[in-house]
Amino acid sequence: MTRSYYESIARARIAGLLDADSFHEWLSAADRVTSPHLAILEQPAAFDDGVIIGQGSIAGKQIFIAAQEGGFMGGAVGEVHGAKIVGVLERAVRDHPAAVLLLLETGGVRLQEANAGLIAVSEVMRAILSARAAGVPVIVAIGGQYGCFGGMGIASRCATTIIMSEEGRLGLSGPEVIETVRGVEEYDSRDRALVWRTVGGKHRYLLGECDVIVPDSMAAFQHAVTASINNGDDWSLEALEREHQLLSDRVKRFGECKDGRDIWRKMGWPDPDAIAMMDNDEFLAAAQGRRAKQTVKVP
Amino acid sequence: MEWKKVAEQMFPTGHEIKQYGDLLSGEGRCDKQTVAVIGTTNHTEVGVELALAMGAAVLAVIRDHPGRPIVFLVDTSGQRLRHRDEMLGLNGYMAHLAKCVEMARRRGHAIISLVYEQALSGGFLANGMMADVCAALPEAEIRVMGLAAMARVTRISEERLTELSVSSPVFAPGARNYLKMGGLDALWEGDLSICLKKALEHIDSTDHRSVNGLERGGRLLAEPVVKRVLASA
Repeated sequence: MTRSYYESIARARIAGLLDADSFHEWLSAADRVTSPHLAILEQPAAFDDGVIIGQGSIAGKQIFIAAQEGGFMGGAVGEVHGAKIVGVLERAVRDHPAAVLLLLETGGVRLQEANAGLIAVSEVMRAILSARAAGVPVIVAIGGQYGCFGGMGIASRCATTIIMSEEGRLGLSGPEVIETVRGVEEYDSRDRALVWRTVGGKHRYLLGECDVIVPDSMAAFQHAVTASINNGDDWSLEALEREHQLLSDRVKRFGECKDGRDIWRKMGWPDPDAIAMMDNDEFLAAAQGRRAKQTVKVP
Repeated sequence: MEWKKVAEQMFPTGHEIKQYGDLLSGEGRCDKQTVAVIGTTNHTEVGVELALAMGAAVLAVIRDHPGRPIVFLVDTSGQRLRHRDEMLGLNGYMAHLAKCVEMARRRGHAIISLVYEQALSGGFLANGMMADVCAALPEAEIRVMGLAAMARVTRISEERLTELSVSSPVFAPGARNYLKMGGLDALWEGDLSICLKKALEHIDSTDHRSVNGLERGGRLLAEPVVKRVLASA
């Protein structure tokens, strides 16, 4: 068992996933590229604005990478943070690396710079799709403690592939936001099992919202990233129409379900509560044929 | 403004836009050109069904009317805040819609959006903000979050936020702030049919928002940071 992805900070994830000593950072802390909007609100800035970008190699393949640091403002996207990610993706359109790897850990738009953050997330979305249209696969990894939410939850699904661990969480509105607006009867954000059945890695894998699920280890993420690079991309109208069918079927089959368990039962799991206890291999074996979307398997 | 009034002003020679629940769909004529119209109304929340229906409408235009411009009429109070929609993967449905819009653009469809009432965060990202030309009526409300809610989350007093919003376009709601930051191309005032015609004549399918934000003085670092990444050794 190698180190936990969940427990690691962004820089440790980069070091853990890329080939030894291959990472070269762009706009490093020494360049002092910080948010221009935080000082006026008396908020501390970070010299990388919460995202580390650069290039390196993974299994010998040249890739570009951006890694969000959940420890700084929950990985939230502000003007500079977003522009750094957009820069990586635009550079990919120009230079054609084997892939762009996005290690996402974020609550979405940084409210302290709300308008700039929202526009930045939109620019990230368009830049991801531009990279894909230029033939560069964009691979997202989600497995940190803050999950991937808000507009970046939408951006992540614009990518070619999403790799999650069971501990990863992916959604649009976070549980706290929904509870605050609609009340605890709608969504109890402190019920961890409920949150996991709603946005957790296994549920997302079963729905087809993520493509690969891995155990929480650096080696497992690395293996999955390498396999995903080799699988390439399919940015085509036909692929989009297939996705449309999948999403239509999902609403038809599961639109009346009240809980993740109801969905899993409809998928044919005799004992939905057993899913939480399965290790990754058991889960993958049992998910065969039940999952809503069959995609590439990590060998 | 009500969508019917917007549609009448935008398409004085006629349109066939129908309302299905909170979804708007149909077509209008701009000079001799027919444009597809897709939108929402009633300040609706965008949940999985509505996002999927808009995606279906975009795919239908790509299939049945190659190259036809698409106009989004935006009025949304944001993504639907429900446990059920999150459980079904609302972010994935929103992303699907965004991908449909991108696919249309790359197959030669001009994409124009007009915020005629409200646009909030998640409901705006997947359609309006994906457009080549994103416009708003001057009285339209565009925001991520109101200042009162923002004060609660950021623990900065509402008075302080209100005070700062006078000099900074960065967090206060409002179409003019989005214009200054490059998030909007223009405010449409006067004859909407002329605004649409002009927009269709000047389609730039590259993302020019950070350049506009820099030129207009509202977002000074986004474009220079992108350029620095491109130039990094």
